[in-house]
Amino acid sequence: MLTIAMPKGRIFEEAADLLRKAGYQLPPDLDDSRRLIIEVPEENLRFFLAKPMDVATYVEYGVADLGIAGKDVLLEEERDVYELIDLKISPCYLAVAGLPNTSVDEVAPKVATKYPNVASSYFREKGEQVEIIKLNGSIELAPMIGLADRIVDIVSTGRTLKENGLVEYETIVDITSRLIVNQASYRLKDKEIGQLVSRLSEIIAEKAV
Amino acid sequence: MSKLLMFEKPVGMRDTLPHIYETKRKLKEAAEREMRSWGYRFIETPALEYHETIGEASAILDRQLFKLLDQQGNTLVLRPDMTTPIARVAASKLLKERVPLRLAYSANVYRAQQREGGRAAEFEQIGIEMIGDQTVSADAEIIALLASILKKTGIERFRISLGHIRFTDELFRQILGTEERAEHLRRFLYEKNYVGYREHVKSLALSSIDQQRLLRFLDLSGELSCLEGAANLIEGGAGSEAIAELRNLYERLQEYGVAEYIKFDLPLVSHMSYYTGLVFEVYVDGAGTPVGNGGRYDQLLEKFGRPASATGFGLRVDVLLSALEQLAEEEKVHCILFSNERRLEAIQEAKKRREAGEAVLLQDVAGVEDVDRFTESCKSVSFFVGKAASGREF
Repeated sequence: MLTIAMPKGRIFEEAADLLRKAGYQLPPDLDDSRRLIIEVPEENLRFFLAKPMDVATYVEYGVADLGIAGKDVLLEEERDVYELIDLKISPCYLAVAGLPNTSVDEVAPKVATKYPNVASSYFREKGEQVEIIKLNGSIELAPMIGLADRIVDIVSTGRTLKENGLVEYETIVDITSRLIVNQASYRLKDKEIGQLVSRLSEIIAEKAV
Repeated sequence: MSKLLMFEKPVGMRDTLPHIYETKRKLKEAAEREMRSWGYRFIETPALEYHETIGEASAILDRQLFKLLDQQGNTLVLRPDMTTPIARVAASKLLKERVPLRLAYSANVYRAQQREGGRAAEFEQIGIEMIGDQTVSADAEIIALLASILKKTGIERFRISLGHIRFTDELFRQILGTEERAEHLRRFLYEKNYVGYREHVKSLALSSIDQQRLLRFLDLSGELSCLEGAANLIEGGAGSEAIAELRNLYERLQEYGVAEYIKFDLPLVSHMSYYTGLVFEVYVDGAGTPVGNGGRYDQLLEKFGRPASATGFGLRVDVLLSALEQLAEEEKVHCILFSNERRLEAIQEAKKRREAGEAVLLQDVAGVEDVDRFTESCKSVSFFVGKAASGREF
């Protein structure tokens, strides 16, 4: 039996879709079910839904054998897990944004973000010292109401930024979702995991053509 | 930080309560007995060492070291592993004795944890080091002993994954040319980031054959047959020798009767620079992190002024404990309750039973509030209370 941690929200639909295309029979009400844990005995699989930011944590501790997590989460959390395949779903990127035609405060530039580790190492590598302000959502608010000069956030279409009158200054890194695996499961359940990986890889390769 | 509450402990520090202590003791005894029966001798080293010596030579990252200052201003570390102190002792003293040395240890090691719970900052490691023997026989022996220990401690399902650093190094050297480029690629393996590895390989200006070689390398895991694939990837030299060594090792492990626990995993590197040949990790059912790891580290001893080859492994007692299905029953003791009038009789009775090898708890009845609750967990109880001539047993 394999336990898979699935991210709620944005990535979920695409991830479930990919698994179905790979031939896994998932129940149709997987996501709107109120249950947190869903067993699919026919496939010898068990799913649970988690906050996207937490998926890698469950996998690292081994309570989930596998998980589907955005690269943004992996970069931020630096969990000790195998990042096995790029599922090429939910493409987006991390970017630096702010109000148009503004420069940052010279003494203490402030950056608001949900990704404090990614943001701080990005600016450090650029040779800039900034002050990071951690927020948990609606990051776009920060420059609009004067909390920060810049934000570091996920951009998929750019619509949210535009609607709030913000512009992108720099792209940090491209993001897609990845299949991650617990290191012990990777060894002890190698056959089952190998099968899942090859079925998924096939579908991803087909889609790429 | 807010004021500490009296029950708080530093991050990652744990108490061992009696019932867990018993399970741990049994587990350690079984392991230690096995190590002794293979001719390994136990040693102890101090918990504090110099940062400049042990701290810098250790495979553990600097940010994971607990550091403090002594009165002369030297930086000290709480030992982060046992391999490095043992290398120090071996190089400065023991290597003058009979070589190869077979040494064993069972000790607490310390690694500072930055993040949330679930990671111990102090944990017991039990392991062995074989110093001064460069043969495959030495590597085979330690893996066979490792398997034997796990079986003796009651672990049924486990897996030992083998890799070989010289194969990885040689493959990367042949294809990439420089150590700098090799190190860049090795870091992806170390971080278990196979997606990043593949992307990086595809971004390199290499012939498509060489790219394929590097990509196929990631798939070299599983049964013995993957060594054939490995041999096809490499042209002679140290890489082929490494594969021959792994085959050789596997044959010996078959002779020891432990081949069923072995899988190959050539992309396994475990560490950025510490190991020099065979490298392995051990996984058991029921634990999400490796229960132990080891390999050949032929360059450590020379840091202490006396070059010698060495191979060994360490097992984490806490992870082993978490994988055990059930905890050992606490051994129940006989209880003697006495009142002052019959104190002498009670003491003599306790002495008699203890000399016969029984564990006996001697308790003045005046010191107990609730006799029923107190004796609940005892194996049996005898009372030396009041004026009667002999103890009643229940």
